[in-house]
Amino acid sequence: MSSNPKQVLDAEGVSRAVVRIAHEILERNHGSSDLMIVGIRTRGVFLAERLQKEIKNIDYVESPLGMLDITLYRDDLGEIGPNPTVGETDLPDDISGKIIVLVDDVLFTGRTIRAALDALIDFGRPQGIQLAVLVDRGHRELPIKADYVGKNIPTSQHEQVIVKMQEKDGADEVIVVERKTS
Amino acid sequence: MIEALNRKDLLGLRDLSADEINLILRTAKSFKQISQRSVKKVPSLRGKTIANIFFEPSTRTRISFELAEKRLSADTISLSLSTSSMVKGETLKDTARNIESLKVDTVVMRHSASGAPHRLARHLTASVINAGDGTNEHPTQALLDMFTILEKKEKFEGLKITFVGDILHSRVARSNLWGLTKLGAEVTFCAPKTLIPPKIEALGVRVTSNLKEAVKDADVINLLRIQRERQQQSFFPSIREYASQFQINSEILKIAKPDVMIMHPGPVNRGVEITSEVVDGDKSVILDQVTHGLAVRMAVLFLLSGSSVEKVKEVA
Repeated sequence: MSSNPKQVLDAEGVSRAVVRIAHEILERNHGSSDLMIVGIRTRGVFLAERLQKEIKNIDYVESPLGMLDITLYRDDLGEIGPNPTVGETDLPDDISGKIIVLVDDVLFTGRTIRAALDALIDFGRPQGIQLAVLVDRGHRELPIKADYVGKNIPTSQHEQVIVKMQEKDGADEVIVVERKTS
Repeated sequence: MIEALNRKDLLGLRDLSADEINLILRTAKSFKQISQRSVKKVPSLRGKTIANIFFEPSTRTRISFELAEKRLSADTISLSLSTSSMVKGETLKDTARNIESLKVDTVVMRHSASGAPHRLARHLTASVINAGDGTNEHPTQALLDMFTILEKKEKFEGLKITFVGDILHSRVARSNLWGLTKLGAEVTFCAPKTLIPPKIEALGVRVTSNLKEAVKDADVINLLRIQRERQQQSFFPSIREYASQFQINSEILKIAKPDVMIMHPGPVNRGVEITSEVVDGDKSVILDQVTHGLAVRMAVLFLLSGSSVEKVKEVA
C-alpha cells in the first residue's frame, strides 16, 4: 500500500511533547484560569485529555475539556463523496469569555482548523482561541498558524503523516509514509 | 458498519438495510444536539436548494422539513397542492422537469398516490425524499419513531412494539413495520378486523383485535389517528364504539408494563384513540417525537446530499 514508513516520533517523544506543550500553555496564559481545552475528533480529543491531565499535574487545576466534531463545517461537503459520518460535539458550559486551546494531531492545509474556528464561534464568543498540534507538516492553504507545536516535520505532498495513539491504535507514534499514487 | 448512504433517494424503509437505518439513527443523535444550541444552524447544506412539494395537506411534517433544511443553511421553497400547477392539470413528469430546470438539489414530496415519489425519482437527478405516499410509506416518520425508541429503550432486539389504530390506511404503520422488523423488534398490530390489511401477517407482524392482549406485554404502544370520516365509510359503527374497545386510557394502562412508552405521530384526537390523561401523562413521549423528527430529517437531508463519488479524499 505504501513504502518506506519512517518513524519521526516514538512514544517517549510524544509524551515529552505533551508535557512541554502543557508547560508552554500555562506560561503563555499565566496560569490556567479561564482555560478550556477542546480536542478535534478523533485523535485531537485524546491529546486534549492528556494535556488536561498534564496541566492538572503542574498547576493542580482541572480545566474543562471539550470535544469538537467539525464534519458539518467542512468546506468540501458534497464534493468528496457521500457525506461523512458526523460525530458528537460536546462543549462544557458556555465558551464565552474562555481561553480555548484547540488541539489536533496534525496541522496540514489548515482547513480543519478553519472549520473548527467557525464551529466554536457558533457556540459563543471566547476570549481567545489558541492552537496546539502534535505535528506541523507544512503546506498551509489558509493563513493559519499553531501556537504550540510538538514537532515540525517538513513533508512533501506525496507523503502522508500517520499519528497513532495508545487510546485508539494501541501505541503512541508518528510515522511518515510515501503515499501510493493512484 | 457503513459510514455513508450511497443512495440518491429515500423512498421507503423497505429498501433500506439494517446498517443504513442504524447509520441514520446514529447521525440523528449528533443533529439532535444542534437544536439545543443558541445558534441553531450549521453551514453543511449552504448553497443547496431544497423544494418541499406537498400534494397532500400537512403542517407538522412540512414545517419539520422546512426547519431541518433551514438549520442546515439550505435554501428552501415550499409548494402545496392548492397553489401548485398540478391543479391546472400538469403531469407529475412535467412538474419534475420544471423542478429540474430550476436546479433544485433535493425534493421532499408528499402525494396521495402510493408510488408517486418513486416515479418522480426516476425522472430527476435531484434526490427525492418521500414525506408520505398514499398508504405505502412515510419513512422519516418511522425513523423518528425508531429514534425515539432507541433514545429511551436503547435497543430494538426483542423489544415489543404495539400499534393501535387504523392500520389499513396507515403508511406510518407500514414504514415502522419494515424498519422495526429489520432491527429485530417484535411488532403487533391491533385494530378492528375492518381496519387490518388482509394477509399482513406475511410481513412478520402479530395481528390481534384484542386490545388487552396487545397491550399487556408491550414495551411501546404507538397510536395511529382514527379519522372521523372512516365512520361514514362503515369501518366501525361509531367513534364511541371504537373508543370503547380500542382507546388507550389509564384503565387499560393498568394492565400494561409499568415502563411502557406511549407514542403518537400526531395530530392527536383527544378522547378518541387516546385520552388527555395519557397524552399529558409521564409515559407519553409524543412531544419528544416532534423534537426527534427535526434531528432525523436533518440527518437524512445531510446523508443524502453528498455526491455519489466513491472515493473520499483525505483532508487535514
